[in-house]
Amino acid sequence: MIDVKLVVDLNRCQGYAQCVFLAPDVFTLHGEEALLYDAGPADGEREHVSQAAAACPVHAITTDLPVHHDGE
Amino acid sequence: MGSDVRIVIVGASLAGVRAAEALRGQGFDGSLTLIGDEPYEPYDRPPLSKAVLLGIMPPDHAALPYRSDLDAKWLLGVRATTLDLENNRVVLSDGDAVEFDKVLIATGVRARPWSNSSEAALDGVFTVRTCDDSRRLNERLSAGPRHVLVIGAGFTGSEIASVCRERGLSVTVTERGPAPLVGALGGVVAAVAADMQRDHGVDLRTGVTVTGLDGDSDGRLCRAHLSGGTALDVDVAIVAQGSIRNTDWLAGSGLAAGPRGVTCDAGCRAFDINGIVTDNVFVAGDVARQPHPLYDYQLLALEHWGNAIGQAEVAAHNMIHDGLRRRPHLEIPAFWSSQFGVNIKSVGIPTYSDQVVITQGSVADRRFVAAYGFRGRVTAAVAFNQGKWLDFYRGLIESAAEFPPDFDVMDRADPFEVRPSELPDPAVLSHGPTVAVTGHLPTERRVEFVSLPK
Repeated sequence: MIDVKLVVDLNRCQGYAQCVFLAPDVFTLHGEEALLYDAGPADGEREHVSQAAAACPVHAITTDLPVHHDGE
Repeated sequence: MGSDVRIVIVGASLAGVRAAEALRGQGFDGSLTLIGDEPYEPYDRPPLSKAVLLGIMPPDHAALPYRSDLDAKWLLGVRATTLDLENNRVVLSDGDAVEFDKVLIATGVRARPWSNSSEAALDGVFTVRTCDDSRRLNERLSAGPRHVLVIGAGFTGSEIASVCRERGLSVTVTERGPAPLVGALGGVVAAVAADMQRDHGVDLRTGVTVTGLDGDSDGRLCRAHLSGGTALDVDVAIVAQGSIRNTDWLAGSGLAAGPRGVTCDAGCRAFDINGIVTDNVFVAGDVARQPHPLYDYQLLALEHWGNAIGQAEVAAHNMIHDGLRRRPHLEIPAFWSSQFGVNIKSVGIPTYSDQVVITQGSVADRRFVAAYGFRGRVTAAVAFNQGKWLDFYRGLIESAAEFPPDFDVMDRADPFEVRPSELPDPAVLSHGPTVAVTGHLPTERRVEFVSLPK
């Protein structure tokens, strides 16, 4: 059973690595700018993934989570 | 659109589910049915040859997110066998039929199997297209095979070879052409891909084909025979020889469908065999074959992730809008691949070129941008670990900018040497009008003619 679903538009991704910083157990840079990720992380990553999606400068991350707002 | 309208989407992968989302997002409130031959909800395929095989994610984690209010009827694990346009219904492999008012064909492609079916059935011979394929191959790679053979050095084959090396596996890659990725990127850039493979310990053999596969008495792959007479002991072989478009089920439908895809207009409306555009049959994704104004209105069939989404959104829009409110699919093609620690990204059509120039960075450092041109205008750009520049090159392509590009760039390559792009002779391509894409919002995107650079 998958807890969180996500997908990254790697045409858009430019390797800013905000997601790697905010959800290091989900996203990882492979080499200098190739992003790899677990598209179905466990429920415990919910908040991290939500923050990563919100922080992506090019809005490349789509999830099935509610949109994250700072301060919530 | 009225709630009595029935839309059926055949194909429940990326294009199908994104079209369904776009329909609901634009207010379609009729009935929506998705038909998929795999028994799974839509999932993402790019990780299947990368993250899944590297063990970063299990294959069943690839499920795609989609809007929770899709309100669709899912028919999964059942194949569409016939499109009956007399009665506007899709006949299914279980004998049922689904009636529609409008239908979207998004059946994609399947992996081209090894041509010898008894050899293809040997234990140890794989193709990689589905999550089941990827799961099985991952299990086998995890068991520590002695030697892996990758047949075909396109993107999928090269990515799998990269994974094998990263996992410490011994791997041979055979490629009929002169270099990996040459069919997509041309000889100049493909030579860099060949160096990358060899630098990472791949036994790369170009100009070589596999002539046969042997099994042992238990039906397990044990040996491959190569053109030239040599043989290799291998226990895993990955057949990465491209794909076959899933159009078989459209035989007899009266549509312009065949091995090269289903032909449609720039608004994703399918043509019938007379070349007349249909009103209620739409096409999106890898199975679509569509004219692109920037590339002389050639019919392009693109197996690109972004293209599937772009066409799905245009098809969905045009399924529920008429006349002048219809939109063209004018997106500049783009794709990515990651292999041997390098992120390869492309915009435009590199094969639509006669010349190439390394504009930025350094080939030796595996950090560069190559710009491609055709008859004096920029038609594509490919970046190795320099993806951040590609939006700029997309702008050049959309505006039909002169080639070779004349600009001051960061990190300008030296020498700035324009070379033949080493692709099949582009002189055979038709030379239609040069156009530029205009308009910022999707609803404004149109083309206009521009005069050719002198």
